[in-house]
Parts: sequence; C-alpha cells; structure tokens
Amino acid sequence: MEKRWIGLFVENEIGVLARISGLFSSKSYNIETLTVGTTEDPTISRMTISIISDDKTFEQIKKQLNRSVEVIKVIDYTDIPIHKKELVYFKINSCNDKDKVEIFRLEEIYKYKVIDYSKNAIIIEWTETESKIDDLIKLFKTLFPNRVEIARGGSVAMEAISVANK
Amino acid sequence: MLITGAELFVKALKEEKVDTMFAYPGGQAIDLFDALYKQKEINVILPRHEQALVHAADGYARSTGKVGVCLVTSGPGATNLTTGVATANYDSVPLVCFTGQVPTYLIGNDAFQEVDTIGIMRSICKYAVTVRKREDLARIIHNAFYIAKSGKPGVVVVDIPKDVQIALGSDEYPKDIHIRGYNPNTSVHMGQVNKAMEVLGKAKKPIFLIGGGVNIAHANQEMTKLAEITGVPVVTTIMGKGAIPTNHELYVGNLGIHGSYASNTAISNCDVLFSIGTRFNDRITGKIEEFAKNATIIHVDVDPAAISKNISVSIPIVADAKIAIEAIIKKAKKLDIDEWREEIKSWKKDYKIRMSDDNNILTPEYIIDNINKIYKNAVITTDVGQNQLWTTQFLEIDNNKRLLTSGGLGTMGYGLPAAIGAKIGCPNKDVINVSGDGGIQMNIQELATAVCQELPITVCILNNGYLGNVRQWQEMFYDKRYSSTCLKYRKSCDENCDKCNKNCPVYTPDFVKLAESYGAKGMRVTKREEVEKAFKEAKKNNTTPTVIEFIIDDTLNVMPMVPPGNTLKDMIMQKEEN
Repeated sequence: MEKRWIGLFVENEIGVLARISGLFSSKSYNIETLTVGTTEDPTISRMTISIISDDKTFEQIKKQLNRSVEVIKVIDYTDIPIHKKELVYFKINSCNDKDKVEIFRLEEIYKYKVIDYSKNAIIIEWTETESKIDDLIKLFKTLFPNRVEIARGGSVAMEAISVANK
Repeated sequence: MLITGAELFVKALKEEKVDTMFAYPGGQAIDLFDALYKQKEINVILPRHEQALVHAADGYARSTGKVGVCLVTSGPGATNLTTGVATANYDSVPLVCFTGQVPTYLIGNDAFQEVDTIGIMRSICKYAVTVRKREDLARIIHNAFYIAKSGKPGVVVVDIPKDVQIALGSDEYPKDIHIRGYNPNTSVHMGQVNKAMEVLGKAKKPIFLIGGGVNIAHANQEMTKLAEITGVPVVTTIMGKGAIPTNHELYVGNLGIHGSYASNTAISNCDVLFSIGTRFNDRITGKIEEFAKNATIIHVDVDPAAISKNISVSIPIVADAKIAIEAIIKKAKKLDIDEWREEIKSWKKDYKIRMSDDNNILTPEYIIDNINKIYKNAVITTDVGQNQLWTTQFLEIDNNKRLLTSGGLGTMGYGLPAAIGAKIGCPNKDVINVSGDGGIQMNIQELATAVCQELPITVCILNNGYLGNVRQWQEMFYDKRYSSTCLKYRKSCDENCDKCNKNCPVYTPDFVKLAESYGAKGMRVTKREEVEKAFKEAKKNNTTPTVIEFIIDDTLNVMPMVPPGNTLKDMIMQKEEN
C-alpha cells in the first residue's frame, strides 16, 4: 500500500464530480484528497486525486476511470516528474506576545506568510508540498496546543516540462 | 425548421432505426407520448409495470441484437426502471432508457414526481445524462445510441425535463459521432494475438472458456469455426452457453458452482486457459486461488477493466470477441491433443448430469428435454433460481436457438417480460419462458401485456412450492432451517412445520385459473406422460399465451454443486438422501 497520485481531465458538467467520487465509493476505494478546477478550456475540469492503494487496485482504478464516458484523460503521476503543491491556512488563536515572536521567527525559516493579524490571533497562508505542510502542522500543534485551526486545500499537480524541451 | 423537443425525439428514434419501443406514460412524459401518437414506424408497447418494461426491452435487445428502447415518466417511473437497468447493464445488453423529468426550473424543488434520476442510475448503467438545453437534445440522443451499442454494450439513461420536450429548436440530427472521453477499442493487437497463439500451439491440455461476450458479439459461428480448426474443447459460463452448439463434440458443458464435472475438472487440470468474453465472476471460479492454478491464462475482453480484475492474466487481448476471434482464426492450427480430448470425453460420459431415471418423478430435466425435442427454432428465457440453473444445465442450443437469462444480477421476475420482448423481436420463433413459482409472481401482471399484444408465448412454471434455490442452500448449508422460503405457508400453519406434507394448504394463486382470467390458456401437468402433449398443445395455440404449470417435487435440488468458498474440484455430485 502506498500513496499514489493521478490527474484527471473530465467534462465540466453537472454531476461529473458525483460520478467520479461515486465510482470510488462503489468500488470501496478511499479517496485521500481530491481537488478540482476548470482548465484553460472551460468545458474541461482537471482533478488531482490521491489514493492509498496497492498496485492491483490502482490499476483497476485507472481502468475504471478511463472507461467512464465523462473522463477525457487519466494521467498516472507515479513515475513522471511533476510539480505538486498544496495551499493551507492556519489560524492561531489566543496568542500572547511570546507566541507572536515565535510565529514571526518561524516565518523566516518556513517562508510562510502572515496575512492577517489581531490582538490575539494570527492567520498564516502557505503553499508547500503536502509533507512539509504535515511537518508544520505537527510543529504548530506542539507549540500551540488546541489553539490551531487548519484549512487545507488538497494538492494540485502539473507534469513538469520535460528536459528535452528546456 | 423549428420543431419541439418531443418531435425531435421521435425523429431521432426513426434516424436510429428504432422499430419498437417499450413505454409507460406519465405526467412528465406525456408530451413525448403525444408526439408518438398514431405514427406508424415505431411500435409502442405498453407493459403493465416499468420493471417488466425494461426487462422486455432487454429481451428484445438480446434476441435481436438491436438496441432496446424504453420510455417512462419521472419519479416512480424512473425508480421502477432501476432493477431492469442494472440487470441489462450487468449482462452488457444495449439499451437506451428515456425518462421524463420535471421542468428544469423545478429540478431540486422536491416537485411532484421528482427524483434525481441520474443520481440513482449513475452507478448501475454505462452512462446517464440529463438534457438541460433543447439544443443539446439531438446530440445527446445520438451519442446515447452509440454509447449503448459500442465497446462493452450497456445501458444509457437519458433524462428529459418537460420544458426541453416542449421547447422549439432545430430539426437537425447529427450524423457524426465525436465523444472525446469515449473511444472504444475497434481493433485487435496482433502482437498479443501472436503471443497467445504461440502459447496455445505448445499446449498439451488447452481449454476455451467462453463467456457471454461471444453471444453478445454474435460471434457463435466464428467461435465454432475456431474450435473446429484447433480441436480445442470448449467450456462455457451460463452466459456463454450456445457459443458453440451444445451438441457439438467439442462442447464440454458449463462450469462453475453448478457446472458439470467434466467442465470443472477440465478447467482445474488445463495447462492453457484461453478465455473469451468472461469476467471470471465468483460463480464460475470457486475459490479463486485454486482456479486453473497450473494454467497460463489468455484473456480476450472488450473491457480493459475486466482484465486482471478477478484473476491475473498472462496474455491480455483487449478487443471485441468477434474481431478477436476472426484474427485468431487466421493464426489457428490443429493441435495434437487427442489424449486430452479423450480424457474430457470420458469425464463427460462417466459423470453426466442426471436428475432421476425414475419414471414416476416429473423432473425439470424431463421437461427441458421435451423443450429440446419439440422446439427447433426458438428463444428460451429463464427466470432466476433453480429453474434457471436446470435450464442452463439441460437446454440444448444450436444456431437456431438462443437462451436469455439474467446471469450477472440474477433478477427474479426477468423471464416472462423478457419472453414478451423476445417474441416481439422474433415473431417467427417460438418463445418459451421457464420460470419458478416464486419468480413468475414478481412480474405476473405481464400476462396482460402478452394477451393484449397477442403473443403466443409459452410460460412454463416449475412449481415446487418453494423459493427453491434458497431452500436448497438452507437444506445443504443451514441445517434445514427453511426460513421464509415456503410459498404454501399460511398464518395458521403449524409453526414447527419444516417439510411439505399432506396437510399443506393449497397453493395460491391457482396459476391455471389466473392464466385463464387474463385470457391466456392455462394447463397443469403433474406427470411425465402429460408433458409432451402439453407442449404440443401450447405450440398449436397461436393467438394467446399458454401457461403450463408443472407440479414438481419440492425436494429436487440442482446438482452437482460446488459449496461456497470451495474449489471447483470439490463438487458435491449427488443430493444426500434423507
């Protein structure tokens, strides 16, 4: 079992998200994350989906997706170079002055952005890889127990420009 | 010219060469029915229930090879379709089902007879879509027919809101097809075929395992030719039965849970398993780890997702069965496997499936043998349960006969409406339905349809007073605890009763009287001597359906049987005597 990523190009129509998520649930595949948005062609949406599965199930998932009429293209990101990032917001509540100093000190290391600020709360915005976000969440939870609110966006990905074209 | 959506709908059906439609009206489909009124080209059949409606379209499609077409209203019309949609889709039957829908401006308002039809259908059909704009209607219908019949055939549901039916728009109907997400395979990879033939050529104990795909592709003659060229014996699934004539010397039998000893043993011992058009369903494999354990498996299927889904395959070939078989024939050579053929033949002879030689017992085998003898050019439909398993065991099929059965979903209530659809599609063939007393009652109202459409079909009810297949499991694996399977049960029965006896209440309904009340002919047969006469009389009746109720013993089981979770080798051959 390992985590795998796929990109999906689908028809941008009512019900397509339900069709795709329904396909996963009807076969008992668990979606880890799913993001969706339109592409340069407004009739096409692009999804980035991650699943934890073994090889055999993953092959089945790709085949099942491929044969759906609404799915235009399936890209398996397993063995190709890609760019992949996720957006996350943290809200840290009940901050005292010491906390704030700590948050600004960490900003230099992690290069996140403080985007909102009040007397006792701070909001941070960060675009990073999934695993780095996981790390920072752990750190914040230790530093500010029970005071961190998190909103994660799920990763979006795009295939890298191949070396030959550079 | 501007025409309404409903008018375009009728035009589209004609463009798609639809000659028959199974349709039940209602408030949100009334405009479509109005456009169909008094036109001559499309025969509109009115069944008595929407589930039966879609089974009839299914029977029509399976027996003719054409796309079956359904039309029902929104809400309950659509929800009643679901069982039939799943049944057809599971067995890869091409259907296009049109459902009326509340007007687009009411969708989501919990309007009268509104359900999210597409949401319900999505997971049980090949493709489902709501027409949201009048200008999309022609393209969507055109695509629907193409998607239903191409690739792995299946069911397409097209939901048409009432305002789209009324709206004026172009009368143009597209000629071309372009669906960017749907490009079914229409060729075969010769490299894979060559690889497969190399493996087959070296085989000492090869077997063809043929599923429903060959029947759906109407590749029966090609398959027979392939078997004859190579001399390789053929085993079928119940859906594949008839892929080559059942009296052919290379035909071994059905495999699986109620397969023949020869078939299951041949599969267990083969060294190359050349399978075409089957998904290796659990009903045929038994314990999956032991299935064809020593064989190299070649698998031809039009659906890439069927390959290596249940069983891992050495050489996959993604192609339509007919195209693949034609390509394989070109590379096929005679194999030197006389010894293997003789071995299988001896199994077949020594372990023939027999029910009872006792002349006093009316067995399904005897009844089906009579069907074999009396009907030469026929479509036979079954219901689900023991009646289906016996029919698939004993029915002989050649190129003039076809068997229609719900193999994948196993839907009770399928047999009678499917026979109606088959008779409408094949008026020159005899159509015989074999049902049980349980399943027939799930759609018995269709006798009215058969009478009204003047369809001389023959309905055989094998009445053992039980939901026999479940009863058999209860007998064999549940310590004879016959929970909710006795159909003679009355509230006043002794609660400790676990067996039919002389005090049993009479069966309800009286099928003979019921048939007569519908205007059909009804007969009851209790002895072997009466069987042939009854069928001959039924054959003579060419104006109304004939219902023949066969009273059979309640303890007859379908044998042999592979107990659940066991390997194909571990068959129980005979019923234990009490």
